[in-house]
Amino acid sequence: MQHSSGMIQLLSIDGTVNPDEASAEYLPYIEALSDDDLGQFHRDMVTSRRFDLEATNLQRQGQLALWPPAHGQEAAQVGSARASRPQDHLFPSYREHAVALVRGLDVFEIVRVMRGVTNGGWDPSAYNNFHLYTLVLGSQALHATGYAMGVSLDGATATGDPETDEAVMVYFGDGSTSQGDVSEAFVFAASYQTPEVFFLQNNQWAISVPVSVQSRIPLYLRSEGFGVPGIQIDGNDVLASYAVTRKNLDEARAGGGPRMIEAMTYRVGAHTTSDDPTKYRTNDEVASWILRDPISRFEKYLRLRGEGDAFFAGVASDAEDFAADLRTRTIGIPIPPTNMIFDNVYSEPHPVMDEQKRWLDAYEASFGGDA
Amino acid sequence: MTTSELPLVKALNAGLKKALADDAKVLLMGEDIGPLGGVFRVTEGLQAEFGDRRVFDTPLAESGIVGTAIGLAMRGYRPVCEIQFDGFIFPAFDQITSQLAKMTSRHEGLISMPVVIRVPYGGHIGAVEHHMESPEAYFAHTPGLRVVSPSTPNDAYWMIQEAIASNDPVMFFEPKSRYWHKGPVDFEASASPLHSSRVVRTGTEVTLVGHGAMVNVLLQAAELAASEGTSVEVIDLRSLSPIDYAPIIASVQKTGRVVVASEAPGFTSISSEIAATITERAFYSLEAPVLRVTAFDTPFPPAKLETVYLPDADRILEAVDRALAY
Repeated sequence: MQHSSGMIQLLSIDGTVNPDEASAEYLPYIEALSDDDLGQFHRDMVTSRRFDLEATNLQRQGQLALWPPAHGQEAAQVGSARASRPQDHLFPSYREHAVALVRGLDVFEIVRVMRGVTNGGWDPSAYNNFHLYTLVLGSQALHATGYAMGVSLDGATATGDPETDEAVMVYFGDGSTSQGDVSEAFVFAASYQTPEVFFLQNNQWAISVPVSVQSRIPLYLRSEGFGVPGIQIDGNDVLASYAVTRKNLDEARAGGGPRMIEAMTYRVGAHTTSDDPTKYRTNDEVASWILRDPISRFEKYLRLRGEGDAFFAGVASDAEDFAADLRTRTIGIPIPPTNMIFDNVYSEPHPVMDEQKRWLDAYEASFGGDA
Repeated sequence: MTTSELPLVKALNAGLKKALADDAKVLLMGEDIGPLGGVFRVTEGLQAEFGDRRVFDTPLAESGIVGTAIGLAMRGYRPVCEIQFDGFIFPAFDQITSQLAKMTSRHEGLISMPVVIRVPYGGHIGAVEHHMESPEAYFAHTPGLRVVSPSTPNDAYWMIQEAIASNDPVMFFEPKSRYWHKGPVDFEASASPLHSSRVVRTGTEVTLVGHGAMVNVLLQAAELAASEGTSVEVIDLRSLSPIDYAPIIASVQKTGRVVVASEAPGFTSISSEIAATITERAFYSLEAPVLRVTAFDTPFPPAKLETVYLPDADRILEAVDRALAY
């Protein structure tokens, strides 16, 4: 990882807090956290990684069509998600499993998507405003920006009360930054001064294409030209992710306009279970990033603060239970009824849906119920 | 007096004004729609009346317009987007077809997408490249969208309000060559259902089917045919997805001969779809194959050739003669 001079890092790889001058301004956000808050960061990251492992195994066993692992990106996701407030709206791409966990999504919902029984299906308002995954890269940046425009129109932001003022955060990756929709989202966000944080996880690879093909300048500078200030953080440092996101979200909700955070991280796993990263990157590169692993780094920090074995063993045990429960529920997922094809294509009655549903019912019935 | 004689563009303006007044969640957004009132003046005066939070200019980016409209709809608004010209809609194609059209389905019905996309479309205005196209079939092909096109000022006034009231996304194609033609607008008559087609001239020997500006061409052709002793029925589709086939099938059962016309290229078109469906549903009523009269399967030519490219009354009548020859 190239440490550009402005990159915010609070937690060193050895687990000590050694911020430089620019980073030190974020220390008060960390000092305001309780031991329980910090323990929760660890629990979130460990649960997410165990979730990834279980889902990957389920895919390998034919239970899921696909799995895109978030392994390695847990600090960027957990820190930023924990920095959001309950009234905020979060628009993910498709790898934000740790964000989903933090926002209280029953991540079984994600498993249902990857098993092929729904194309989404969860109610964002029932899960703390965690919106559906988006697979056409970058398109969610415009949805988030439009949503944030609506928040402003409602007067639900910039009243001066951070406990109720709303903000919007959109997650996307280094590959997505090349999509026109992301650039257009910067334009609209800047024009309408939306209460919004663009949270970019630069995991260095867009499937097999390195970030150098997406951009010849550091990506946090990309948004600056659109009038959206950018800042780069060590994305494997959960404390930096939390503190910088907290500050930027609160500035956005206070009427400060949109901004972007580039979290430098690494996709330790494959792009998805269909990918073979050995064809395009070296073992040495992967190993160098594993040395910066977000969970082991934070565990060192917690141990230096006096957290003991019992805590870590308890978190690991709970994650095992979580995984076992997930496996049981996944294997029990039934194939959805065929009516699902037609239901909800439109919100209002539609003659073609009615006609084709009736035809399929009659066709299936023609097999005498044995089909 | 509840009826006024208005050009289509003023009828649309009145319909939008009524929708803005009736529902505070209705927003108008697009390029140049504010102080300018849109390049065709459809939104003239509306920003002055409703303010720049309800009627606002956007950056020059069609995908951005539709993508942010989706977010606004998620927030509970009812955005009405203006795409400046037909040929400029394609930068928004992903946001319309993969995002907007599928959002309700992806949410399994938990959210609605009440977004209207207004598109001035079609030729006969002598304009430059990309300003005279008829892209409606791309959107009619996309499940999750509703697609309509008024042909008269009265329909423009009512259908824009019905489209805005719909909880589904509606592609609203405005026949720009008809913008400045006047017709009666009844401000009190109850509206026809948005997705109904309508017999606009009765006849007995051949049925003509079309939408938008083509309806006027079909009426011209019917008048000429009548002068030659042929009785022609004309149907205005009004809705391109879904299509209301009942009046069409009833007409075919009467005439046995059909010509389907449009300004769009004919290959995999609305016209093709209607021809196929008539064949499936009214085969034994047909005395002749269903004929299509469409633009050629080429790019829209330079404007000086548009009258050759676009079907006119003579080309319609040539097809009427062919149908009658069976």
